[in-house]
Amino acid sequence: MTDLDDTAPARAIPRAPAEGLDARLVVDRGGFRLDVELTAAPGEVVALLGPNGAGKTTALRALAGLVPLTDGRLLLDGVSLDRTPPESRPVGVVFQDYLLFPHLTALDNVAFGPRCRGATKAEARAQAAEWLDRMGLAEHAGAKPRNLSGGQAQRVALARALATRPRLLLLDEPMAALDARTRLEVRAGLRRHLAGFEAVAVLVTHDPLDAMVLADRLVVVEHGRVVQEGTPADIARRPRTDYIAQLVGLNLYRGRADGHTVRLDAGPAITTSEELSGPAFVAFPPSAVALFRDRPTGAGARNLWRCEVAGLETYGDRVRAGLTGELPLAADLTTVAAAELGLHPGAPVWAMVKATQTHAYPA
Amino acid sequence: MTKPATTTPGGVGGGPRRTRLRRGTRAVPVPLLLPALAGLAFLLLPLVSLLVRAPWRDLPEQLASAEVWQALRLSLVCATSATLLSLLVGVPLAWLLARTEFPGRGLVRALVTLPLVLPPVVGGVALLLAFGRNGVVGQWLDSWFGITLPFTTTGVVLAETFVAMPFLVISVEGTLRAADPRYEEAATTLGASRFTAFRRVTLPLIAPGVAAGAVLAWARALGEFGATITFAGNFPGRTQTMPLAVYLALQYDPAAAIALSLVLLAVSIAVLAGLRDRWMTAS
Repeated sequence: MTDLDDTAPARAIPRAPAEGLDARLVVDRGGFRLDVELTAAPGEVVALLGPNGAGKTTALRALAGLVPLTDGRLLLDGVSLDRTPPESRPVGVVFQDYLLFPHLTALDNVAFGPRCRGATKAEARAQAAEWLDRMGLAEHAGAKPRNLSGGQAQRVALARALATRPRLLLLDEPMAALDARTRLEVRAGLRRHLAGFEAVAVLVTHDPLDAMVLADRLVVVEHGRVVQEGTPADIARRPRTDYIAQLVGLNLYRGRADGHTVRLDAGPAITTSEELSGPAFVAFPPSAVALFRDRPTGAGARNLWRCEVAGLETYGDRVRAGLTGELPLAADLTTVAAAELGLHPGAPVWAMVKATQTHAYPA
Repeated sequence: MTKPATTTPGGVGGGPRRTRLRRGTRAVPVPLLLPALAGLAFLLLPLVSLLVRAPWRDLPEQLASAEVWQALRLSLVCATSATLLSLLVGVPLAWLLARTEFPGRGLVRALVTLPLVLPPVVGGVALLLAFGRNGVVGQWLDSWFGITLPFTTTGVVLAETFVAMPFLVISVEGTLRAADPRYEEAATTLGASRFTAFRRVTLPLIAPGVAAGAVLAWARALGEFGATITFAGNFPGRTQTMPLAVYLALQYDPAAAIALSLVLLAVSIAVLAGLRDRWMTAS
């Protein structure tokens, strides 16, 4: 099997190590085509990150077997699963709203999987009790799902998925059903459980924070395609699309680099500290932008644009100003500074970014 | 009652408590109110008359007769059997209609509901042509297994099932459509076959709808007349159910007919009360 040469059909080549997930998911759905390549090693947590409608959930459902693949491959630990019905796949799913069976207790929900996979009633319940205990839910074993808090329900759902000892764990927006206050705690708990999980975990989310906290590697999906892939730190530092840049709070531009200058496809040039040539991205955080009411004098190696305030948003003690004009960008400043500048929608301002605050990298 | 105060549209009438026929602050238009009251009266009047004209003094004697209890027992047994038979085949049929895609599903659904609108006598004639001694299927049942269905108690059950099952199927199908199919998916990802998912997850979830459908079907079967008398005849102790007994009694002993009717009315009210408490307010 390992000696096949490169001219053999793609399907037959074992690309990844036999362990873990190796998939190319192609799903056609009335005008929408999902085509993503996804690999993961055992013990790795991969997050599919993307805006709503990007096809993340479809990818997850395809992995679970709930949606048939139009094309591609799905290998788990070297075994092809694309013709295997969902009930026979070694795959566990934590659904977005958990879908705990409302008529069963927490214990029976968790025991459901082992029972379906051949355990006796007593064995299944014993295993379920153990899982609930591990999740710190021993005293809620007899509770019906409607009497569980959001965080507890999520842990029951996780226990239920893990109780079948899956080789692939899928989590669909695991935080979406929780309120902001419980999120922090639940996220930390989920991270602990995922870190202890020895097989592949794939989670789908539109929340970059969830993705960055929970996953070892991010796969960013837009319009059914993978647009970027890498560690959270890497993606945060070098975003490749507007969507990712906005997610991680960066201003991002694409252009052609020539030395210390990147000439944008549409708009002005940006002076950068890195020296590059060819297609390039330039990124800088909104906090690197300084705003002035009048044109500042004595500009060195820095960028100066004439802009107009399009909108203002307050968060914490900061104000984020959305600017249009020569270069559309976001700028962060303190509420005091915003008041002193007299910022209001329509106000003209000068925006300045030092070259040393920008980050340019090849596109 | 915690609605924000609003001004009365039109501003007719005085204070908000002036008439009792008001809901909130909006008056009920007379062109709707009068026909509604007439309809209500029309529905209630016959039932009231039944109570008014009931031979209350002779009632114990009337109800003590063996024929009455025989007919009632037969009615209950047949209606219950018909309901069980409907559950056995009707719930899977409802699942098929609600959860699967197949060519001609719309047509099948229409055919299933046909007995709802078909005159029961026509149903009885059709049953005779199918299961009668010379019927399409009946002739084989007779010559191969020696089974005769028409004019037997089994025939009553079949006639009642034919008429009552659509109520169950429609009710269960509606409940299934309203139930979240993703629970079945969740069960599937846990290793349950589609049948196990149905049995252990879907069925418990739709139990209220199934029960409501079963009660509807049972009530319909209990009152079944046309198809029963056509297909099963009117033999006391064998095929003479309560509605048939009522009809027969009306020919020669109206007092007995009223007494029998009162029994059926009591049973119906008991069923309705049970339905109301368990299922109607819950859903």
